[in-house]
Amino acid sequence: MSKHTWYKTYRPYISPMDPCPPITVKRYSTPPELYVGYQPPGLAQFPAYEALKAGTLWKCFYDPYYSVKEMKKGVRE
Amino acid sequence: MWVYEKKLQYPVRVSTCNPRLAKYLIEQYGGADGELAAALRYLNQRYTIPDKVVGLLTDIGTEEFAHLEMIATMVYKLTKDATPDQMKAAGLAGHFADHDKALFYHNAAGVPWTATYIQAKGDPIADLYEDIAAEEKARATYQWLIDLSDDPDLNDGLRYLREREVIHSQRFREAVEILKEDRGKKKVF
Repeated sequence: MSKHTWYKTYRPYISPMDPCPPITVKRYSTPPELYVGYQPPGLAQFPAYEALKAGTLWKCFYDPYYSVKEMKKGVRE
Repeated sequence: MWVYEKKLQYPVRVSTCNPRLAKYLIEQYGGADGELAAALRYLNQRYTIPDKVVGLLTDIGTEEFAHLEMIATMVYKLTKDATPDQMKAAGLAGHFADHDKALFYHNAAGVPWTATYIQAKGDPIADLYEDIAAEEKARATYQWLIDLSDDPDLNDGLRYLREREVIHSQRFREAVEILKEDRGKKKVF
């Protein structure tokens, strides 16, 4: 389950005639709920206070989204 | 019946006066995949869904109202001290003409909320699949809002809300599993 990545990328076709500077790699989200099915018992939990901040008790469902802009600034921990 | 707790589900902090962000955030207030649509959809569908999953729809529908309140707080904070000129510069002149600083249930383009955004089909699988789709669309909306926003405090709250959409989708998917389950029982109809 935790072997999955929560983001995938693909390379769209870039035409020499495109008017804007190309974005060569596109990213999309494939979040944890796509892979888990019925939640099995005994999964790892966050401590209560961290869970309140994360928005989930379950570590396997924690998938924070950061914009490309934020990641360039190094906001992501 | 509901019991109201006079606090937000997650603290809402806003670091910069930016009414333009409010214009985008209103998508999650009165948009097709927004929190109002979600709350009303689930709390209405729950009457005609098998008993086993009624509680889930009640819980999630209720939580959506808590999210609605967070979005409202964000929009309010971002606009409350904006001058009419700042509202105009943020593309909110049309909103200001009709509502001043008041919040209203419309999307980022100013289209008012409509019940045609939601459905109650009476078929449990059809309804739960709509609910899963709604959660994934709301998750995507939060992603695009985080992409548009330069406000680190606001993004923290938006990331929390997106995470809740992930969990809601997971629970709706489990509800489908519950309704699919046949446990090998012999049934006579």
